[in-house]
Amino acid sequence: MSDILQSLIDIVGERSVSNAPEELWFYSRDPGVLAPHKPDYVVAPKTTEEVQKIVQLACREKVPVVPMGNGMSLAGLVIPLKGGIVLDMKRMNKILEVNPMARYVVVEGGTSQGALKSYLQKNHPTLRHSIPDAPATTTIAANVSLHGQGRLTNQYGFNSDMVTGLEVVLPTGEICRIGSPSIGPYWISKGPTMPDLSGLFLGWLGCTGIITKVGLKLYPNKKFRDAELFVTDRVDLIPDILYKLTHLEMLEDINVWFQPKPLMFLGNYHITIFFTGDTEEEIEFKRKMIWDCLQEHMDAKDGGFMSIQYMKAMLLEMPGRNIADFADVPKGGGFEYSGPIAPIEHFPQYAAKVVELAAKYNVLYASTARLISGGHSMMYSISFAFNRNDKAMMDRVEQALTEATAFALDMGGIPWKPNHKEQKMLLERMEPNARRLLLMIKKNLDPQGIMNPGNWEVNA
Amino acid sequence: MYQLKFDQKVCASCRSADCLLKCQYMTFTGHKEAHGEMMKIMKGKDSRVLSECMTCYACEEYCTRGNHPFYLISEKREEKGIFTAPRPITNQWINMTVMQGKCLVGNVKDKALSCCYIPDLGPLGTGEIFKDVADAGVFGAEFMCPAVHTHFARMSVIKERLPIVIENYRKLGVKEVICLHDECYGTLTSIAQAYGMEVPFQPVYYLDYVLQRMKELKDKIKPLNITVAYQRSCSNRLIPDKHALVKKIFTLIGVKAPKRTYQDENALCCAEILRSISGYKLADDVQKRNIDDMLAADAEYCVFNCPACQTSLAEKVAKRGLKPVHIIDLCKMAIGEKERGTL
Ligand SMILES: Cc1cc2nc3c(=O)[nH]c(=O)nc-3n(C[C@H](O)[C@H](O)[C@H](O)COP(=O)(O)OP(=O)(O)OC[C@H]3O[C@@H](n4cnc5c(N)ncnc54)[C@H](O)[C@@H]3O)c2cc1C
Ligand code: SF4
Ligand code: SF4
Repeated sequence: MSDILQSLIDIVGERSVSNAPEELWFYSRDPGVLAPHKPDYVVAPKTTEEVQKIVQLACREKVPVVPMGNGMSLAGLVIPLKGGIVLDMKRMNKILEVNPMARYVVVEGGTSQGALKSYLQKNHPTLRHSIPDAPATTTIAANVSLHGQGRLTNQYGFNSDMVTGLEVVLPTGEICRIGSPSIGPYWISKGPTMPDLSGLFLGWLGCTGIITKVGLKLYPNKKFRDAELFVTDRVDLIPDILYKLTHLEMLEDINVWFQPKPLMFLGNYHITIFFTGDTEEEIEFKRKMIWDCLQEHMDAKDGGFMSIQYMKAMLLEMPGRNIADFADVPKGGGFEYSGPIAPIEHFPQYAAKVVELAAKYNVLYASTARLISGGHSMMYSISFAFNRNDKAMMDRVEQALTEATAFALDMGGIPWKPNHKEQKMLLERMEPNARRLLLMIKKNLDPQGIMNPGNWEVNA
Repeated sequence: MYQLKFDQKVCASCRSADCLLKCQYMTFTGHKEAHGEMMKIMKGKDSRVLSECMTCYACEEYCTRGNHPFYLISEKREEKGIFTAPRPITNQWINMTVMQGKCLVGNVKDKALSCCYIPDLGPLGTGEIFKDVADAGVFGAEFMCPAVHTHFARMSVIKERLPIVIENYRKLGVKEVICLHDECYGTLTSIAQAYGMEVPFQPVYYLDYVLQRMKELKDKIKPLNITVAYQRSCSNRLIPDKHALVKKIFTLIGVKAPKRTYQDENALCCAEILRSISGYKLADDVQKRNIDDMLAADAEYCVFNCPACQTSLAEKVAKRGLKPVHIIDLCKMAIGEKERGTL
């Protein structure tokens, strides 16, 4: 038995370490299109101290460490590109504290979205968090470490903007608290009024440390949720429609989507508008505001509201299930998306690009944009479904996604949760001084280069 | 291509112009103006009716002289490229109802039970009342009456698809098609006839079938002794002679339907199409007036004849204390197949 394996067993116990081939096979891949690569060990720690000891060991032995939540980013972000240890965080799943008055929660670094959702429903029904449409088993720490978006992103920004403090294990093994918890007992601010150190970890895809605790803002959970679905066949109107809707300043979430199948969706752009209220009057008032603000497009016959009674329950599900359904249209259950962050005025160009790429690479597309912070930007997902058993189709999807990223960069967009190839494309475009700053941070925090290597690899 | 049979001479000499004078969504100063607008439409001229008609179907009933004013309005709108509802909604309906070979066909012999393309109809066509035909159900776009496209003034879709639907039934070798939806029966009788399409089987209206069966099941009926308000559907206007069946069924099962302001010819539609066409203001107003009127009649239940009306109004009537129920379920309650209140 290797020294490292034995050391890992000494830290977490035999049941929580493996180098069995079948486990390594599983931990070498994610559901996206990128090629797998095997880790040497898989470890599932239970405490921050265990994480610390593992990182100290890895740092000493110069072994890569890849923190992993549920491995569902689709962008290969937990594929251990250079082998080493995959740190499966799912056993660190405790909900440590809810401060209902200050509306925040503190969770461990492997806590899933679903666990928090059901905990709040049961114990704090007037509170909620911003749930992404990812499977409920995906984790909160991973989501903020890739700047995820959820149901409340239109109102309150990226999910990472909702962080109220962090506990991290640095690549050199120190345990460090970030934000207000570094000063006192309250998890009320990730940075302000101090220099905001959370930026050293959020968006870094596990390349600068391992998040072992996250403080997260909670928001009022209103008694009623409702949705309207506006459709138009004029893509050029979408920015104006979104502008009008965001001007209302009262919507929970706005998603714009289009797809060629099933046939009822062909040729139209769909805008799902979510809103909430504590009384039926509040809901009806908001509904009227929504209809009123788009009346001119109805009068011009360019757009209208769909009758959605029969699909409302499905629309209101959190997380939404329709994306996963789309993955199975070509059978074989695969899908991946490139999700640049872009200004809403570029919606028409992105929409045209999706269709162009799908035709060029002969793959099936679907596209959903989610508004961020009341319309300052949107996450524009360029999604392609594929059959996992069809290598050629997967290669075509990979090429289409790479081209989508190049397009997004040309348009001034920022790729979201970029895979390692897209990260390189992004870094090449980055203003050199900004790139050097990134390099400086990475080198200082991770002098041995052990944290999720292959990702955010900055060259001078 | 099939042509609408519309007797211009009948219109020219019409002394009532009831088609437009009785319209609930447009007002005319009198016969002269209403008749004048109809004449304009007939001659292919512009008329405000072409942009103001809410597609409630009622003028099909108001014209008692055998013409089809609503089909004509829809034809002319399409000719002139006028959309009733927004274009994307119109096209969505067309796309959604394309025949894709995904229909369901039960054990059909000489009778078929048409469930149109409405999933809710399947469970209705069951139990003792439908025991002889329940397994002969057909469902899907291939058997869907395309009448809904009249709401969107796309008569070309109807002219293209209805003959195929009729042919699909013919291929099943049926003698009778029992239509669980007014719109299907209205299409196979009124629309097909107006366009000179031959229907090589007997369309049977489901309330005729239900009435007959309820007479046969008379011994099982326990009068419900309830007061209801009946929600007439738009497509019932295509078959006004069948409207009287509702009262006969109510009488048979001990249901009272007190006189209302909005009933019979003056009934208000479920208004969901108005929402699509013009927005919430008119639709909310119509629905409110309608439900106020139901309550003023001391109704306990709101009885539907169309699942689409039920979908659009059920929650709204329920919120105001009325129990929504389809007329078939009401009959099932009367013979003890369904419990009251478990709808
Ligand atoms: C059907 C579907 C729908 C989706 N919809 C959304 C959506 O609406 N919004 C959205 O944001 N995303 C969405 N996603 C993408 C993705 O699943 C989510 O972002 C999810 O939060 C990823 O969580 P995970 O636990 O699977 O992360 P992983 O894939 O395990 O990890 C993601 C990244 O975080 C790092 N990481 C993991 N844990 C830690 C830690 N404790 N400390 C430091 N770094 C860590 C990993 O190294 C990796 O770089 C969707 C995915 C699918 C399959
Ligand atoms: S459609 Fe009928 S009611 Fe109207 S003018 Fe012609 S004949 Fe008269
Ligand atoms: S269909 Fe209805 S709204 Fe249209 S003209 Fe006829 S009665 Fe009036």
